[in-house]
Amino acid sequence: MSTSIHVELWQVAASLVLVALAAAISRWQRADLERDIVVATARSIVQLTLVGYAIKLIFDVDSIWLVVALLAVMVLFGAITARHRAAKVPRSFGPLLIALALAGASTLGLVVALGIFDPTPRYLVPVGGMVIGNAMTASAVALNRLGDEMGDARARIEATLALGATAREAAAPTVRRALRSGMIALVDSTKTTGLIFFPGTMVGMLLAGASPTDAVRLQLILLYTLLGSVSISALVATLLAYRHFFTPAAQLREPETASPR
Amino acid sequence: MLFELREVGLDRAGRAVLDSFSAGIPEGSTAIVGPSGAGKSTLLRLLNRLADPDRGEIDYRGRPLDTYEPLALRQEVALVPQLPALLEGTVESNLRYAAELAGEPLAVEETLARAGLAPDFADRDVTRLSVGEQQRAMLARALAQRPAVLLLDEPTSALDHAARDRIEAALAELRREQEISIVLVSHDPEQARRLGDQVLEMP
Repeated sequence: MSTSIHVELWQVAASLVLVALAAAISRWQRADLERDIVVATARSIVQLTLVGYAIKLIFDVDSIWLVVALLAVMVLFGAITARHRAAKVPRSFGPLLIALALAGASTLGLVVALGIFDPTPRYLVPVGGMVIGNAMTASAVALNRLGDEMGDARARIEATLALGATAREAAAPTVRRALRSGMIALVDSTKTTGLIFFPGTMVGMLLAGASPTDAVRLQLILLYTLLGSVSISALVATLLAYRHFFTPAAQLREPETASPR
Repeated sequence: MLFELREVGLDRAGRAVLDSFSAGIPEGSTAIVGPSGAGKSTLLRLLNRLADPDRGEIDYRGRPLDTYEPLALRQEVALVPQLPALLEGTVESNLRYAAELAGEPLAVEETLARAGLAPDFADRDVTRLSVGEQQRAMLARALAQRPAVLLLDEPTSALDHAARDRIEAALAELRREQEISIVLVSHDPEQARRLGDQVLEMP
């Protein structure tokens, strides 16, 4: 897979024509997204350029500790970002941080232990980024759903607590639905992969001149790794977060005292 | 005394829902009446530790309520909330869930009958019940745990007269059995007199 491809700056500049098209459509149809499109484009240039240099540095230094540090930063920012989607869940940051860290460490640890990838920056940085990114989305969706459902199902949950059920038993249907919604997007996209969309890694490898067989195999490995990662993160986040809705005496906390943060 | 409340207070969102409330609730059937906002529902939730007071003390059978383990207490002191909130499934699966939690054997027909429901309700899906039928299924579910005390929060407030009469008939029958103490919250003084051995007024 030691293919290489060179992209000139003018090629990138030329692709901005499509950004202009997007902005034009937004303006014409008054979708009011022009500003967001400009900001998004500017941020993508700055962020990806910086990350590109950071990755180059990490590849050059070739230190596993630098990789671990980079992944830890990703986990931290992932948890901060996901927290905004989980605004109705009290103190969601801790569960999200632990969920992302566990999902990243266990899936990367497993693929390295199974000998699928070498423990080198060239593999761990891009795969780690995908693993943590998908784990973040899954846990954010799961906790977003958990927050909504815990609000909607308050009466049913308290009625179940009134039967002497534990907090865990009373919240079980809610936790189940939250976990499901965190996992379902990736399960669905795995089902339709290749039919409705081509995953990015495969496209990138094909563009870079790799053989289709290699591109497909690597893509399959990544899809399965991501399935593991989103299940772990959604599971850990929901199982840790639902407890924050209850007191130690298995009482449902009042929404106003369970202030979101 | 079944329950003894001394200077009980509870705040929600910076406002006192209950303040310095003292009362004794004896065995038998007690109806609690008072204007809406008097904290009647809150009071019931305190009695089986779905909430704990911020101030004051509550005793249950002479022992501080907070020394009872909450999960076991809730099976002994069962609460039927104002609006029905059954679990997905059939009426029987709801009864079974409650009985298994309490470790009690379940006699489905007998339990349904005590709540004024015919035996064929066992297999009915809870989503196909009227609100009045759901409320009686909630009562049956509480009875499936064989509680010593039944806390009822406005059990007929969402019902028409016919449905209300059926619930009241079931409660009157439970009262006659005298195996179970009833604490009932109502906004209707007439109903309180019909169902309570004594009536407790909240300010």
